[in-house]
Amino acid sequence: MNSLSVEHMLGIKYLIKDDINLIFKTADNFKKIINQPIKKVPSLRDVTIANLFFENSTRTKLSFELAEKRLSADVINFSSASSSVKKGETLLDTVNNILAMKVDIVVMRHPNPGASVFLSRNIKAKIINAGDGTHEHPTQALLDSYSIREKYGIVEGKKIVIIGDILHSRVALSNIYCLKKLGADVGVCGPSTLMPKYLDSLGVKHFSNLNSALNWCDVANVLRIQLERQDVQLFPSLREYSNVYGINKNVLDNLNKNITIMHPGPINRGVELTSDVADSEHSIILDQVENGVAIRMAVLYLLSLKK
Amino acid sequence: MKNERQILSSSQLEITIKRLCQQLIESHSDFSETVLISLQPRGKHLLNNILAILSKEFNCKNISSGDLDISFYRDDLRTKQLPVIPEKMNMDVSTENKKVVLVDDVLFTGRSVRAAMDAIMPFGRPKLIELLVLVDRRLSRHIPIQPNYVGKVVDVIDSERVIVNWGMNNVLIIKENNE
Repeated sequence: MNSLSVEHMLGIKYLIKDDINLIFKTADNFKKIINQPIKKVPSLRDVTIANLFFENSTRTKLSFELAEKRLSADVINFSSASSSVKKGETLLDTVNNILAMKVDIVVMRHPNPGASVFLSRNIKAKIINAGDGTHEHPTQALLDSYSIREKYGIVEGKKIVIIGDILHSRVALSNIYCLKKLGADVGVCGPSTLMPKYLDSLGVKHFSNLNSALNWCDVANVLRIQLERQDVQLFPSLREYSNVYGINKNVLDNLNKNITIMHPGPINRGVELTSDVADSEHSIILDQVENGVAIRMAVLYLLSLKK
Repeated sequence: MKNERQILSSSQLEITIKRLCQQLIESHSDFSETVLISLQPRGKHLLNNILAILSKEFNCKNISSGDLDISFYRDDLRTKQLPVIPEKMNMDVSTENKKVVLVDDVLFTGRSVRAAMDAIMPFGRPKLIELLVLVDRRLSRHIPIQPNYVGKVVDVIDSERVIVNWGMNNVLIIKENNE
């Protein structure tokens, strides 16, 4: 396998296991490069990339931009807050105008699920989905699995529990697809009001009790409560959520084993994780951020080679 | 139909590599200031052979070495037929102020060597860079790069391929015949 089976990075759903392994193998090389004194390679010097962010982002946007610059690509940035989208321009018009400036790859975050799939069918550029509503966030899932692979050497057979708001989380959905494709056992844990109805069809275990979930797993991937996506109140209060599903040092100390804590960020400290857990030796949260750059370099590199 | 001819047999290959080792010793004596770096993937086999002979027959041990992947520095990334997938990089060495010898099996257009010179710069500023190749296709250069140490010089046309077969320990010229 020396090429991705897809033209665009729209979601983990569309990838096969070999694609994921190829991305990991390529990211191994990029991880070495970003730890060199000179962190830049000229591979994408003839490629122009547009980062279109129709929704807020700090980490993902910076990570993509850094990955693009380390590959020597030309980068243009766009955020909807300061653009003609506010004047009523459609997504297709906005993107076609940007493509008229000869852009090869579009990295897009959009609040609507399926926005990147729509774009890939209508325009001539490679599309990377950097999060589309509650649908998918493929590069986050890739970097999460890559971080697990880095920590344990293998993902297959590992038990990973995703804790929190599964219903509104694109990170959860992409993670479930990715981990299942790599042969991991996946569980989810959270209030039943934050569990999607289609949970059974994903083939994951469901825990309603935090302790039993943590005792079962090797890795806990803890998600942020996304209040901005909740139209109605789905649990009584953040304080109550934190009491039942928040992880603190006491909870970890009472387990009969060591587990690894992950979080895609941004952390609401004191809600889903307390600071003494987020900053502990069990946490690989900052490794995830570093791996994010290597994974995004790998995805950009491999897509740029597709004719 | 394939048309093959052998240009180095197993015993000739061994003699050739041994001679290259002796030439290296002439210029680098105890190798204390030298780093040998192979171009992945095929230069690695040659470098392994060189290191084994230097250690066994000439008692030159603990020579600094590394394996360099040049994929990201190539100038034909998006024009090649098949995608370039990176090889394993093993560069736990510093090239700062060292005499670097790049090692590859066949020197053809010289473009890989150009990419390699870019790719080693992040590991330090070498005192000098030399090039060692097993086979020099001397009439095929696209850029002005010449080797310092050569196993065998051959004159072959572009449609012919030079294959160093490390399984059989020989070197072949293969002509693809489409008739």
